[in-house]
Amino acid sequence: MAKWAIAIHGGAGVDPNLPEQRQEDAKRLLSRCLQIGVDALKANKTALDVVELVVRELESDPMFNSGRGSALTAKGTVEMEASIMDGRGRRCGAVSGLTTVKNPVSLARLVMDRSPHSYLAFDGAEEFAREQGVEIVDNSYFITEENIGMLKLAKEANTILFDYRIPLPGADTCSASVGSLVPDTTLQMNGLPISIYSPETVGCVVVDSTGNCAAATSTGGLMNKKSGRIGDSPLIGSGTYACDLCAISCTGEGEAIIRSTLARDVAAVMEYKGLNLQEAVDFVVKERLDQGQAGLIAVSRNGEVACKFNSNGMFRGCATEDGYMEVGIWE
Amino acid sequence: MGWAIALHGGAGDIPVDLPNDKRAPREATLRLCLDLGVAALNAGRSPLDVVELVVRELENCPHFNAGRGSVLTTDGTVEMEASIMDGTSKGCGCVSGLTTVVNPISLARVVMEKTPHIYLAFDGAEAFAREHGLETRDQSYFITEQNIERLNQAKEANRVQIDYTQPQPIKEQVIPNSEGDSQIGTVGCVAVDRNGNLAAATSTGGLVNKMVGRIGDTPVIGAGTYANTICAISATGKGESIIRNTIARDVAALMEYKGLSLKDAANQVTANAPKGTVGLVAVTDKGDVAMPFNTTGMFRACAVEDGYSEIAIW
Repeated sequence: MAKWAIAIHGGAGVDPNLPEQRQEDAKRLLSRCLQIGVDALKANKTALDVVELVVRELESDPMFNSGRGSALTAKGTVEMEASIMDGRGRRCGAVSGLTTVKNPVSLARLVMDRSPHSYLAFDGAEEFAREQGVEIVDNSYFITEENIGMLKLAKEANTILFDYRIPLPGADTCSASVGSLVPDTTLQMNGLPISIYSPETVGCVVVDSTGNCAAATSTGGLMNKKSGRIGDSPLIGSGTYACDLCAISCTGEGEAIIRSTLARDVAAVMEYKGLNLQEAVDFVVKERLDQGQAGLIAVSRNGEVACKFNSNGMFRGCATEDGYMEVGIWE
Repeated sequence: MGWAIALHGGAGDIPVDLPNDKRAPREATLRLCLDLGVAALNAGRSPLDVVELVVRELENCPHFNAGRGSVLTTDGTVEMEASIMDGTSKGCGCVSGLTTVVNPISLARVVMEKTPHIYLAFDGAEAFAREHGLETRDQSYFITEQNIERLNQAKEANRVQIDYTQPQPIKEQVIPNSEGDSQIGTVGCVAVDRNGNLAAATSTGGLVNKMVGRIGDTPVIGAGTYANTICAISATGKGESIIRNTIARDVAALMEYKGLSLKDAANQVTANAPKGTVGLVAVTDKGDVAMPFNTTGMFRACAVEDGYSEIAIW
């Protein structure tokens, strides 16, 4: 009997000055979702079922950038994407450009289980969703006041903004200048001062008690992104990967994750170089993410769990069958 | 060291008795593209320029499944996708869901060079193409008689399949072999210049009778396309299989992490994929070339500076 393990994340790249209250709220949400996963594992649910139900929970809460609470496109709408992969058989499903599907990760699973394809996007994906009878809501359901405010700031700064959760003093007027509100410009993420950057994407990786691994990732993407922009989250091998050895979910600068095929590389160095999970994760984050900031969570079929990031912090939580359970934000 | 180039027009169940009227025009295009690529490399063009111009030519040819001549979705429309990758910078550009852009590979390159993003799709990609003045044509430009026929046959086969009430595994979509036309198509090109710089590009119309909105391996970096400082790969075959097996990335990973030669890495990757699903072309920074496939055939061509060149199907 293998030992189960689970890890979740709510995004990499956190403002070191994030208010205490926000940190507590985030940790509370991470703990709650982690517990949901742990309970499911104790009830012998499969890795695939567990990653889906945990990511659904993260999507439904507006705190992180996925499902409700997703970052907004330049048009002020939400376009969500997600992917899921079952290490057993390496089956996968992915979706992009969703605007009315309440839980993108579940549609990704349906693509995998009920369609002849692996990846559906935009109108075709929305149509498939209706055929499958998944829960549909108006686009406005996903949009939060905070993100509307953030989009305004991002447009003023005329730059891509990942996400933003911290209400800046004086940011309630459109004319609030981003520059004057930024106390610390030394730390950056994707060209933005970290105080106005906030992490995006949620994910979950699990190894169940039969030793099977699975991974799932979901996101609303970059604030102020061009409509039609696809990031790393739905791309198998970049944002998500699972095989018989391990499962990985990544977060951070999407373009950097794609260029370095981050998720696949963790598994590849285990397979081809014989590294163990922690060594593989360390190697990939250190050597493969040239000029990029990102983080990842991973589990192995041996019940090990690993989290690593080269960004400033990553919202995460891990638990193993031994009783170890921890949520964190910083190094 | 000298340059090297390899290109493909799709791997699939191409029967050895392919009639000449289907074989000749494809071989002619492969030859034309090879000559264009070779001339460009001799003139010192960058590998990125070379793979783009070769794939543009393949897209313009109506006999291959990319650009004009793309296979049709279940709605009878065209949805094209492509990706390009620069091995030196690891920069990439990807597009999906194009319906009017004459050269998807060029749009992918513009995404790479003119946006902070890597991947644009559907309406957003089409709008972007117009913003940047890329050539667009009405859908009818891309649709050929052959492909309308292929679509009809595919729909018929699926109808027949249902009539037999044999429970087919849902991923085994039956694609009839209409006189050996490569049903599983895609076009691609990889090149290395005299300085060892590498680039890869892949373009396709996708799978016959695919669901509207279906994305395959071609625009997925690591699946259909990959390039770094060691090698460049473009894959073709059953998209769903190429994605799960991260074909393009795996060839490079085996070389990097296990120290395999290009030949061994490429052969291992194609041999490990389910039979009849994969083919690829690859070159290394040292000028090695490999073009393995586990299908019946693959339209392909390659050349190296020291004079060797090849155009083949089986």
